[in-house]
Amino acid sequence: MTQPLRTIVLFALVAALILGTGLLQSWNSALIILNMGLISALMALGVNLQWGFAGLFNVGVMGFVALGGLATVIVSMPPVGEAWAVGGLRVVLGLVLGAATLVLAVLVRGRMAAGRRRGLALAAILLGGFFLFRWVFDGGVEAVESVNPASTGYLGGLGLPVLLAWPAGGALAAGAAWLIGKTALGLRSDYLAIATLGIAEIIIAVMKNEDWLARGVKNVIGLPRPVPYEIDLQQDPDFTSRAVEIGLDPVTASTLYVKLGYGLLFAAVLIVVLILAQLALNSPWGRMMRAIRDNETAAAAMGKDVTFRHLQIFVLGSAICGIAGAMMTTLDGQLTPTSYQPLRYTFLVWVMVIVGGSGNNLGAVLGGFLIWFLWVQVEPMGQLLMSVLTSGMADGSALKAHLLDSVAHMRLLTMGLVLLVVLRFSPRGLLPER
Amino acid sequence: MDLLNALVALSNFVLIPAISYGSQLALGALGVTLIYGILRFSNFAHGDTMAFGAMVTILVTWALQAAGVSLGPLPTALLALPFGILGCAALLLLTDRFVYRFYREQKAKPVVLVIVSMGVMFIMNGLVRFIIGPDDQRFADGERFIISARTFREMTGLQEGLALRTSQGITIVTAIIVVALLFWFLNKTRTGKSMRAYSDNEDLALLSGINPERVVMVTWLIVAALASIAGVLYGLDKSFKPFTYFNLLLPIFASAIVGGLGSPLGAIAGGFVIAISEVMVTYAWKKVLTYFMPDGLGPDGLVQLLSTDYKFAVSFVILIVVLLFRPTGLFAGKSV
Repeated sequence: MTQPLRTIVLFALVAALILGTGLLQSWNSALIILNMGLISALMALGVNLQWGFAGLFNVGVMGFVALGGLATVIVSMPPVGEAWAVGGLRVVLGLVLGAATLVLAVLVRGRMAAGRRRGLALAAILLGGFFLFRWVFDGGVEAVESVNPASTGYLGGLGLPVLLAWPAGGALAAGAAWLIGKTALGLRSDYLAIATLGIAEIIIAVMKNEDWLARGVKNVIGLPRPVPYEIDLQQDPDFTSRAVEIGLDPVTASTLYVKLGYGLLFAAVLIVVLILAQLALNSPWGRMMRAIRDNETAAAAMGKDVTFRHLQIFVLGSAICGIAGAMMTTLDGQLTPTSYQPLRYTFLVWVMVIVGGSGNNLGAVLGGFLIWFLWVQVEPMGQLLMSVLTSGMADGSALKAHLLDSVAHMRLLTMGLVLLVVLRFSPRGLLPER
Repeated sequence: MDLLNALVALSNFVLIPAISYGSQLALGALGVTLIYGILRFSNFAHGDTMAFGAMVTILVTWALQAAGVSLGPLPTALLALPFGILGCAALLLLTDRFVYRFYREQKAKPVVLVIVSMGVMFIMNGLVRFIIGPDDQRFADGERFIISARTFREMTGLQEGLALRTSQGITIVTAIIVVALLFWFLNKTRTGKSMRAYSDNEDLALLSGINPERVVMVTWLIVAALASIAGVLYGLDKSFKPFTYFNLLLPIFASAIVGGLGSPLGAIAGGFVIAISEVMVTYAWKKVLTYFMPDGLGPDGLVQLLSTDYKFAVSFVILIVVLLFRPTGLFAGKSV
């Protein structure tokens, strides 16, 4: 099968799977899968940019996705005036002091000659700065977190429209990626993997513990939405009458309408990013990236700045993951730091990229949809399979109960199998790079 | 100022926990480093391998407990451990036969093997959750303490207590025995020597007639033993939860890299460096400092540098610092 035909057939298959869900289960579930599929496809595009284009082994996707979520809170929630009044400035001052310490340390390191004096000066700056930072910062944090802790206890956000959070999420993730890339990108591939894995854990730890920032494990709920609320639609006589006209009851119609609204917004973002990624892939810039990926030494000999290009694409790919993370948090309507698990947000995205075809943007998108569909649907399919397998067993036997209970964990097993099978029999993915 | 009490408090809250955690990390890191040295890839599935070995051990422990078998003051899990190692070895050899061997024959790039190990990680993680479930499991029995804080206070008349839990004692003793055995094996036996030769220079080893498949098989067997022992010790000391084991991947890799990937001695040193710094940075020093300082000059706050939730950050910062200033690790490892 030629590649274009293969692409069309596989995308048609995904469309059929989602439509099938709509026909067999419900259109609401189909739209839920579609919406998260769009977001997953965007994440896969980000990882594909880093891995497929440039060969950077980033397993910190979860961290950038979470930063996007954080941006949603910072941009869209209303500011908590009282918290700002009692300690907001002190917190900001503390952070500025902390950053200034680091900048000073870097400057001193660059200016002074290496030796014992520099070591002592650096240690003094870092230690002194740390205690100063903690002294200013801790007081502010305490004040902020004591403001009505049951419902706020954080600084709140900027109160801007939530759609602005998407680019902001990208920017926040890009900023973090720049910092990380500056330190870690010189490392060999497996070291970079461990480093990014660690950074993602640290980002999640910060989000769980810094209550002043986004309430930590107390979660921020009730984020503003870019689409109308179901309840408002149901009370709108215009909407209900139109729903009845097409033969739907108003409640179902309102839920479908809201999900479709999200879907259109997400699809718009995905299409824009996909077009940009395709243009980038086929541009001289994209060819240079692949040249660097395939042979760093040769590319460097041709005068390409390998380190800078790696940093560039690392920031770009992470920004896309950040945008996807902001979109996901907007869709959920809440930020729950505990829900970020590396298996789900880092390694699953990797499965999407590898299965779809690394180096091929359409492949990444396909992988995003296909793997997300499997991730959701493996559970009901497993349930069916298990009930068939266990139908011969006596009712009430411990083994049967255990098998039926454990179905939920089949999805990890399935994802691993899919990844291994694809790697074995089609190592370049379903839609290989051309 | 009360030096004796300060030392006791220091050992009780910092040294003993750090040494036992360090031994667990060192055993885990030894497995990672051996795989890296012989098979030449970073095994992302190692945390879940540990979980699998521990899970088999727990299941056998429960069976033994149900049959009324016990080791008296020692945990029954020690009796079940050999079965755990066997189960884990069987799984690893099967994985190697059906997954890794194919890529080895193709001479695939290391990064491909890392991605393959991601798939294996998913499968092992799923298997463990499928068989034993995602929840906490307790399987420790026998005597809880070798010395409890109260007995110690009564014995010495000091204000501070020093508790040594059985699990901590067992961890330290087992780690010493296992490491001694491993080094004896690697340095004195023919198979061990052939493994080191293979790790140093594959082509030369092949030329001198070393059977690579045998070396690989022995490696997996040793890794199974190390991973199961580390997993069981960690489970006895804390508790068994599949997700925690997955999360151990980061400190374990940090230990192996800090020590120098591929160097067994480095893995042990790295394990202790990581564990001791994690415990020291996240410990609230108030108590110890109050004893150390002259009367009335004790600190007001907790003097905790970072909250315990940031322990990952500690291993990570050490990892980065070592990599930036000594890219091959403390004990010059190899870089493929």
